[in-house]
Amino acid sequence: MASRSHPDAGSFRLSMLINDTRYRRVTFQIIALLLLCLAVGYLISNLLTNLSAAGLNISYDFLAEPAGYDINQRPIEYTSQSTHLRASIVGVLNTLIVAILACVTATVFGVIAGILRLSKNWLVSKIMAVYVEVFRNVPVLIWIIIIFTIMTASMPAPKAFRGANAESSMLFDMFAFTNRGVYIPAPQFANPLFENGLLNWVLVIAFLLLSFLGARALGKRASAEQASTGQRPTTWHLTLSIWVAPIGALMVIMGLYFDYPALKGFNFRGGLQIRGSLIALWIALAIYTGAFIAENVRAGILAVSRGQTEAAAALGLRPNRVMNLVILPQALRVIIPPMISHYLNITKNSSLAIAVGYMDVTGTLGGITLNQTGRAIETILLLMLFYLTISLSISAIMNVYNNSIKLKER
Amino acid sequence: MGDVSFVRTQTLPEMPPPVAEQGIVKWLRENLFSSVASAILTIIALWAVYKFTAFALPWIASGVWNTESLAACRNVLDGARGACFSVLTERWNQLLFGISYPAEHYWRPTVAFVLLFFAAAPVLFFDLPRKFLIFTGVYPFIAYWLIWGGTILSPAIALAGIIMGYFVYAKFIKSSFAVAFLGGMAVAFIIWILSGYIVPAIAPENPFFEAVPSRNMGGFMLNMILGTVCVSLSLPLGIVLALGRQSNMPVIKIICVFFIEFIRGVPLITLLFVANVVLAYFFPPDSNIDLILRVIIMITLFSAAYIAEVIRGGLAALPVGQYEAADSLGLDYAQAMRLIILPQALKISIPGIVNVSVGLFKDTTLVSVISMFDLVGAIRGPILAATEWNGVYWELFMFASILFFLVCYSISQYSQWLERRLATDHR
Amino acid sequence: MKTSFVLGALAVAGLAAGAAYAGTLDDVKARGTLNCGVSTGLVGFAAPNASGEWEGFDVGMCRAVAAAVLGDANAVEFVPTTGKTRFTALASGEVDMLARNTTWTFSRDVDLKFEFTGVNYYDGQGFMVPSDLGVSSAKELDGATVCIQTGTTTELNLADFFRSNNMSYEPVPIETNAEAQQQYLAGACDVYTTDASGLAATRATFENPDAHVVLPEIISKEPLGPLVRHGDNNWGDIVRWTLNALITAEELGVTSANMAEMASGTNNPEINRLMGTEGTLGEMLGLDATWAQRVLAVGGNYGEMFEANIGESTPIGLARGLNAQWKNGGLLYSPPFR
Repeated sequence: MASRSHPDAGSFRLSMLINDTRYRRVTFQIIALLLLCLAVGYLISNLLTNLSAAGLNISYDFLAEPAGYDINQRPIEYTSQSTHLRASIVGVLNTLIVAILACVTATVFGVIAGILRLSKNWLVSKIMAVYVEVFRNVPVLIWIIIIFTIMTASMPAPKAFRGANAESSMLFDMFAFTNRGVYIPAPQFANPLFENGLLNWVLVIAFLLLSFLGARALGKRASAEQASTGQRPTTWHLTLSIWVAPIGALMVIMGLYFDYPALKGFNFRGGLQIRGSLIALWIALAIYTGAFIAENVRAGILAVSRGQTEAAAALGLRPNRVMNLVILPQALRVIIPPMISHYLNITKNSSLAIAVGYMDVTGTLGGITLNQTGRAIETILLLMLFYLTISLSISAIMNVYNNSIKLKER
Repeated sequence: MGDVSFVRTQTLPEMPPPVAEQGIVKWLRENLFSSVASAILTIIALWAVYKFTAFALPWIASGVWNTESLAACRNVLDGARGACFSVLTERWNQLLFGISYPAEHYWRPTVAFVLLFFAAAPVLFFDLPRKFLIFTGVYPFIAYWLIWGGTILSPAIALAGIIMGYFVYAKFIKSSFAVAFLGGMAVAFIIWILSGYIVPAIAPENPFFEAVPSRNMGGFMLNMILGTVCVSLSLPLGIVLALGRQSNMPVIKIICVFFIEFIRGVPLITLLFVANVVLAYFFPPDSNIDLILRVIIMITLFSAAYIAEVIRGGLAALPVGQYEAADSLGLDYAQAMRLIILPQALKISIPGIVNVSVGLFKDTTLVSVISMFDLVGAIRGPILAATEWNGVYWELFMFASILFFLVCYSISQYSQWLERRLATDHR
Repeated sequence: MKTSFVLGALAVAGLAAGAAYAGTLDDVKARGTLNCGVSTGLVGFAAPNASGEWEGFDVGMCRAVAAAVLGDANAVEFVPTTGKTRFTALASGEVDMLARNTTWTFSRDVDLKFEFTGVNYYDGQGFMVPSDLGVSSAKELDGATVCIQTGTTTELNLADFFRSNNMSYEPVPIETNAEAQQQYLAGACDVYTTDASGLAATRATFENPDAHVVLPEIISKEPLGPLVRHGDNNWGDIVRWTLNALITAEELGVTSANMAEMASGTNNPEINRLMGTEGTLGEMLGLDATWAQRVLAVGGNYGEMFEANIGESTPIGLARGLNAQWKNGGLLYSPPFR
């Protein structure tokens, strides 16, 4: 049988394409490729036939035309005369805003609920169990609508703030909670360094980043000194000044002041408005996903073996240090990977903004632009590309992080 | 020296434990007030629970169940706070079966729903006799016939095609999996295509069950249909994708990775937009595939990608020894997968698959965004738009939440039970 | 019969042979039902009632066409469409015609390749405000929060109006009418804007309609009409002349009450041509002679349909206004039947 398993190179027979494992691989792959090409070609030929029958074409020219509609939440400058492309970018930024807010909040909710669910307090742990089960088992779309309805129905309208005997009043004259959203004081600069408002904030963030790096370097030096001498130098005043001094100086130079919201005309003017639609979407996504994260956190903590807790206690660590130094670092390895997919889910679920009229990219590009131009194929393709890019980049970033905290096994 | 005794010679009578260490007090001390922080938490929690109950209970208790419209309900309430549950009693059939499913046929989907339990039982509980699986196999065709109605010939021939295909498959499986599989598929397709010409000709004018067009499916029934159909269809597709992703043939692997990552990277809502506004362009002109079918296609692709990832996890979790053992027995790829690898990998993946299914079932509410009147769509569309019920929100959304909660919670409880069971199997 | 699930799957697998493209008329006749795109629920125009039956002014248009073509006013599949899905539904052939408050605009007609077959309702965008807001003109709305029902030309008109009047506003776009109402009633927006007919329909459903006023300004022209795909002129003609038959019948005084009498022959040749007792107009359309009789038998002439669905005796309470016959100072003017 040796001749069969080691045939001469010359004696190639056609049947070997199927029967010989060396060639079969290639045969299968070519067949798969052919089938794929056929299927795609078939779909595309249908598309072209249908489009030509309807007299339509595929064109992205509409992106350069004026959008003609207004958007309420504009992170960058935008008017109804801006292009559809700019409207899409505004939508993209709004998607990112709500996604980031919801990710952070969901993590906070999830960690708190996950830890409290393991609490020894019977009532608290039961309440957390109810929270997790109720929110996990009802569709997020229903939650978004319910929270939006709560926002609208239970908060006072701005006109309730009007008059001498107003039904509602502002908190500290700074915050106004209305059913159009929450108005908070907005930080403004009297003498900004840049014309473009956004660049000033970039500068602020750059300063904060530098402070962070400085504080970290200081911390490392202190740890090194502790390692060599056994004495940790007192650094809290240095750390504090590293954090406060640069940013404080910048604020003084740029002339920071707060713009307080005030009731003028129909609405509150001034300040920063966090719209009801944003709040509804943000809170609903955060609470819903928080319930899933809580389960992960709980599973992660339970996955750390009991011996670790006991060992830590035997070393004389206090309970909160046991949690911070022993359990959480180990639990994080279990918690992080599913967390990535929850963050991805938040980003994807933020497309449900359409149910509450939040102008995310599904609302601008996939909503009004699609509606006004009728360019369904083009807009939906762009929409999918955007979400795909976001998803793949989040997974890539989180995978890098994931690898960096992974247990280094040798 | 016996008269001075330092040791007590008889037992003292048993004392009851201190009050703080027994009964309800002990339980309270240990579980609610073990420390200051815990006590504070307890008090806050009690306050929250009280507030919530004091807010919701009277509203529910003084609910009105039998009025014709919101205005009439508010008249009955006469200014008091109370729920208008009468919207549920008046519109329950629209909430459950959709706005246009013929009322005299409501029993048909109901029967299909009840039968679903019998069909699902042998899949969910391994202990039941394997013979019951036959009913599971037949169920889709019965359910289709019950819900859609029309001539029994269509589902019967579809079933016949599958049975014939299976016979061909069983006949050739001894020689080669590929031949058996392709042969079975071919026979089934030939029967289906032939029947496509024959059935319309011989179908009776007035079928036993009146046909109901897909567009009239709605309400919670539509959610159930989409959920069960898409999950069942996506299982085989998911297995194929998972095997493709694990394959050592680069082209096939790339195709599968690309497909899975693409689907998982975009929100379901964009895929539904595709089903609604784009997909029609990709079908042959005049093919007239209705919306529910297009939506089923897209949701199936969507859940197949997620199920593929779960099964891939199951495949990866199997010890390498299993693969090597299969190879050393001289099994080819199809045999090894069919007989050794997949049965084990699928068993490990079941909890994951159930979780994906629950998620998918919840996501079927998204079809309301593309103007289908599922449970949420019927609420947001026709019911809230109606003159009589304009302004009723809480009652309707509470009802929807409770329905979804019941279904999803019981499935996830099942999943946890299964996980525990599978875990003991492996110990 | 209904194509089975299996056949559908086959078509997906790419095995169904695409039939040669036939005209929409032949398709509809072969299918036995008319697929008509309507809105997802706007009381008075198209909304399912408590028993799931669609009713309304636009629905009446669909039924009239079905009666003309198929002889059965109930042989209609109503396909609910949103502002976003309606055009694809029509372009891809999912519906045969669209009767869904769609504004006739240049770009829809020319760029999107649709054919508007006439105007069945002359509308315009208006504003509704609570009376206690103390606003009497739309020019006083500077800085207001405006709820918009998305999906028609509303957003664009609104942007233009506020821009040209140098005012600012805060748009709150809402997908469905019911949710927009909820926002408006709760005071989350000061103003609700959509087509004036839609405002009237919405106001009619309020608990206390008198507490809300529709402002006098109409900021846009919204000629709403049924539309079909470009290129199938015969089908377009049928929809166009079904609408014209409804309008002409009112002009000539043909109602559902006196139709039988009129159909037996009158002295007015145009009535006779409409009723099919004279001339061959029906055959020219590819229908039979009595097509218009069936159209009128569904819900009467234009005026009767108007009164029954959205007229002053209904909760919606729209006056004829621009939609009166040209003889009565309105814009309804059907080309002659000859």
